[in-house]
Amino acid sequence: MTEHDIVVIGGGPAGMAAAVAAYDAGCRDVVILNRDSRLGGILMQCIHAGFGLHKMGKEMTGPEYAAVYEKMVKERGIKVYSETMVLSLTPDKVVTFQGRDGYQSIQAKSVILAMGCRERSRGAIGIPGDRPAGVYSAGCAQRLMNIEGFSVGKRAVILGSGDIGLIMARRMTLEGAKVEAVCELMSYSGGLTRNIVQCLEDFGIPLYLSTTVTKIHGRERLEGVTIAQVGPDRKAVEGTERFIPCDTLLLSVGLIPENEVTLTAGIEMDRVTSGALVDENRQTSIPGVFSCGNVLQVHDLVDFVSDEGEIAGVAAAKYAKGETEEGKIASVKPGEGVRYVLPQRIHTEKAQKIDLYFRVSAPLGKVKITAKSGDTVLATAVKPRVAPGEMEKITLKEELFPLQGEEITVSLEEVK
Amino acid sequence: MRNLTCIICPKGCSLTVEESAEGLSVVGNICPRGKKYAIEECTHPVRTVTSFIRVENREDTMVSVKTSAPIPKESMFEAMEKIRAAKANAPIAIGDVLLADVFGADIIATKSID
Repeated sequence: MTEHDIVVIGGGPAGMAAAVAAYDAGCRDVVILNRDSRLGGILMQCIHAGFGLHKMGKEMTGPEYAAVYEKMVKERGIKVYSETMVLSLTPDKVVTFQGRDGYQSIQAKSVILAMGCRERSRGAIGIPGDRPAGVYSAGCAQRLMNIEGFSVGKRAVILGSGDIGLIMARRMTLEGAKVEAVCELMSYSGGLTRNIVQCLEDFGIPLYLSTTVTKIHGRERLEGVTIAQVGPDRKAVEGTERFIPCDTLLLSVGLIPENEVTLTAGIEMDRVTSGALVDENRQTSIPGVFSCGNVLQVHDLVDFVSDEGEIAGVAAAKYAKGETEEGKIASVKPGEGVRYVLPQRIHTEKAQKIDLYFRVSAPLGKVKITAKSGDTVLATAVKPRVAPGEMEKITLKEELFPLQGEEITVSLEEVK
Repeated sequence: MRNLTCIICPKGCSLTVEESAEGLSVVGNICPRGKKYAIEECTHPVRTVTSFIRVENREDTMVSVKTSAPIPKESMFEAMEKIRAAKANAPIAIGDVLLADVFGADIIATKSID
């Protein structure tokens, strides 16, 4: 067994940002364990533009954004083990993995979890029917097209209007395929408005809300799908079924944080985010183990993934040097209209600025957001509109500390 | 009058463009880029196109590319045909011009290939 100060699990945007931040915070012994053969994670197949507007102040493609961090990793001489699959993590921070040199273990002082997320599959949403070729998850089709150079189909239906589904609708259209429709189970799209405009409206692709795929047809290759409208119970309404001939069905039906390694260590989880429960330093229930990026909470923008990686990286470097955060803790809970808040607990004594990230439960117009401790209002903000597809934040300012109370809630109310 | 959603950043501001004797006026934008977008969208809409080009001297390797500047929206499909017909050879650095002058822009690499 070898020893390292910090082991980062994952070589995508969260892992790279965390490793660089840890190095810059003074920890020189940082190792990245990367499953792919090249750094960059999912960014490498996201060849469209739209990344980096917040963090870099300009619009970049996914591979360009990744290259900025890859360069920083290389310049610092941070060691990267690629084609490496992490198998387990113990509570005392032994990381075991299968890599190019076989089965190995590292004893780390701090561990940063940055494994990202994976796609929900057909099985997860239970669409009945045949099992022909031509049914892909949207990200799988994106990889086949953009990295491996295959054509995935000529006539497509896309289920799910999250950003990946919308981006793939445009991508397939530009590659010469006909996208018949994008169907969305919910009564609103989970994607960014700009993507509905530039990926669907630009190409005249219809978006059917409150609609789902109820059957898949075809023996060898997909021959078509049945779609139907759904009621408020999200079940198909009889008599609204319609057959659409197609050879390709893309599923863009949600992302699941990839936390199998996290679970091997017995880390406490949040049932709403499907990620670890963390404090403001992104430290999990095991001291010295940190989590960031899509493995912690599924983000909309890579810029915020990088920010979160930096928070975890700096904190992991401090922990490796023996500096631990002590003092009272308050839990942070979602209130009215809020689905979850992250971090789920914060230290209340030390004066520091803390951003509380959250998602709303349903789309609303103008809202007032309030963070409270008991009856004391800590912060308020007004937003012209909110939607579950767009992460929001509210900031607790430094001068509020030390905070009183043991429970902080974030809630929202509609205002005229 | 025309209602638009700004596509410059994820905020997606709702814009309204009014035409009068003095020209086009824009309301609803929270930054100057929104005004520029709305006026362009009503006069000569443009888009950045991204795709990939096959790397001839590397097995099963694609290099991702983009237009170095937005091109006219109506030329997107023609630009795609030109990109599809192009070939590239490694080594390639980010920013290398792989195909020059496509509707007023260059097709440049967005990934490095050793």
